[in-house]
Amino acid sequence: MAERGSGRPDPGVAADAQWARDRRAEREAARRHRARRGQAVAALSTVLVLGTLTALIVTSPGWDDVQEAFFNPDDFVDIFPDVLSAFWLDIRIFMVVEVVVLVLGLMVAIARMAKAPALFPVRILAVVYTDVFRGVPTILLIFLVGFGIPALDLSGLPTEPIILGGIALALSYGAYVAEVYRAGLRSIHPGQREAALSVGLTEGQALRHVVLPQAVRRVGPPLLNDFIALQKDVALISILGVAGEAFRVAQIEAQTNFNYTPLLAAALLYLCITIPLARVLDWWDSPERAR
Amino acid sequence: MSKSRLLVLLMLSLSLAFAAGCGDDEDESSDSGAETQNVSLEEDCTPDQLDTFEADTLTIATDDPAFPPYFEDNDPTNGEGFESAVAYAVAAELGFEEDQVEWVVEPFNRSYAPGPKEYDFDVNQISITQKRAEAVDFSSPYYEAKQAVVALKDSSAADAASLAEVADAEIGVQIGTTSLDAVEANIQPETDAQVFDTSNDVVSALKNGQVEAVIVDVPTAFFLTAVQVPEAEIVGQFAGPEGDEFGALLEKDSSLTPCVSAAIDSLRESGELAEIEEEWLSAAQDAPILE
Repeated sequence: MAERGSGRPDPGVAADAQWARDRRAEREAARRHRARRGQAVAALSTVLVLGTLTALIVTSPGWDDVQEAFFNPDDFVDIFPDVLSAFWLDIRIFMVVEVVVLVLGLMVAIARMAKAPALFPVRILAVVYTDVFRGVPTILLIFLVGFGIPALDLSGLPTEPIILGGIALALSYGAYVAEVYRAGLRSIHPGQREAALSVGLTEGQALRHVVLPQAVRRVGPPLLNDFIALQKDVALISILGVAGEAFRVAQIEAQTNFNYTPLLAAALLYLCITIPLARVLDWWDSPERAR
Repeated sequence: MSKSRLLVLLMLSLSLAFAAGCGDDEDESSDSGAETQNVSLEEDCTPDQLDTFEADTLTIATDDPAFPPYFEDNDPTNGEGFESAVAYAVAAELGFEEDQVEWVVEPFNRSYAPGPKEYDFDVNQISITQKRAEAVDFSSPYYEAKQAVVALKDSSAADAASLAEVADAEIGVQIGTTSLDAVEANIQPETDAQVFDTSNDVVSALKNGQVEAVIVDVPTAFFLTAVQVPEAEIVGQFAGPEGDEFGALLEKDSSLTPCVSAAIDSLRESGELAEIEEEWLSAAQDAPILE
């Protein structure tokens, strides 16, 4: 080997290098070819599948009626500005409820994991809360809080439908989110807590500075998933007669004119929030994200 | 997903939207409002000639629950209540015996869905408007309902002598009713009206004091104050913006529409319709008029 390296170029080595270069070029060409063919096949099959589906729907005997009832462009243009301005209320409700849910859920999760014997009743309450409020249909909860609380006729309790609806949503989602937090807390190895205690942190400090930060980071994606669900479910409180809520504005228009297109306008706005949130979720969950 | 595939998808969805847009070129100018064509009840509208949903049977729909004074005991088959009585009278005009009348449940929300309907006509206090007539057929009107203001006796709205004096009250109203249009057109309340899904929810809100006043049609107002919320009283009545004529709802371009209309016209001419109204809705005449 030393001889070869020190002398003039060996014709055999040069030929080998040329051959390797050619092979590489061939390989790359073949790869490009495969990729192009792959794209062509993907495009063709997408056109075929979506095209057939579209053709099937558009040529169905009732399509004109369905289009008129659900995709009426004039109705859409008429109502969209109203629904859009009403949607701001939805967003505000969503943000306030979300904050309440995050705090409530965390408190319930911690209560449920409390180990001290004296805290047994707190633990029981937390278990009952999550069981009941997760198990009850949200719509019933909204009715119960929205019409039940004012019917108690106690002074000092809210009677505003928007506040009552928000409370009902927070109670329902608080139960889901508590379970998400609890899963996160349980996923942190007990050694973390023990190590924290061994260096002199109190139980509370260990939770606050060691366990919680790791747990919350771990359950980010499922929490975001519940955000998305909550964002849509804000529409449910319209049943309490919340004035100026986007879905209710759309429903009113739909039932007045016997046309469902306004609901589509509202749905589009919900998508404008939920799809970007879903992409954030994808990014958060992706393995490439820098740690 | 690679950029080129995204592009393909984008183009596809654009072409889909285009294909969908093409569908609505031939939009037959639809006849609006209630229609009466020249048909002869005796010659053209007999059970063997009518193309009913079920042969030799007249299938009539209404919502469940069905409320007084339009139906009694939530039982449309007993012939009691204004709309039940009208329905049986129409059936008799068309030559159907009482036992040839079949009742089915049709929620208001679904009554304007596109596609075939599984009944011959629907009576559910449905107001005739031009816009609605683009989606369904209406018969000749069988009742003209005025709107009533119902307020809690201890609220300031109860003393109102004009519609303007009701404007500062918290108002509740049911979705999909012309009462809602009347609120916006005639009262223009200072805070947006609370819009509820069902008349039951409107009643709950009034009972709970979540709203001070509700707007309903006059016959409903009498039932509401007499039975459901005795703490409330009828402040007065007024005419809604588009008139409020109830018509039977039929599938768009139903072959039965002219005959049902002819039957209702005949009932009006013979004075039978007025008698039915007198029997079930007589109390409705007495409320003071609000300007």
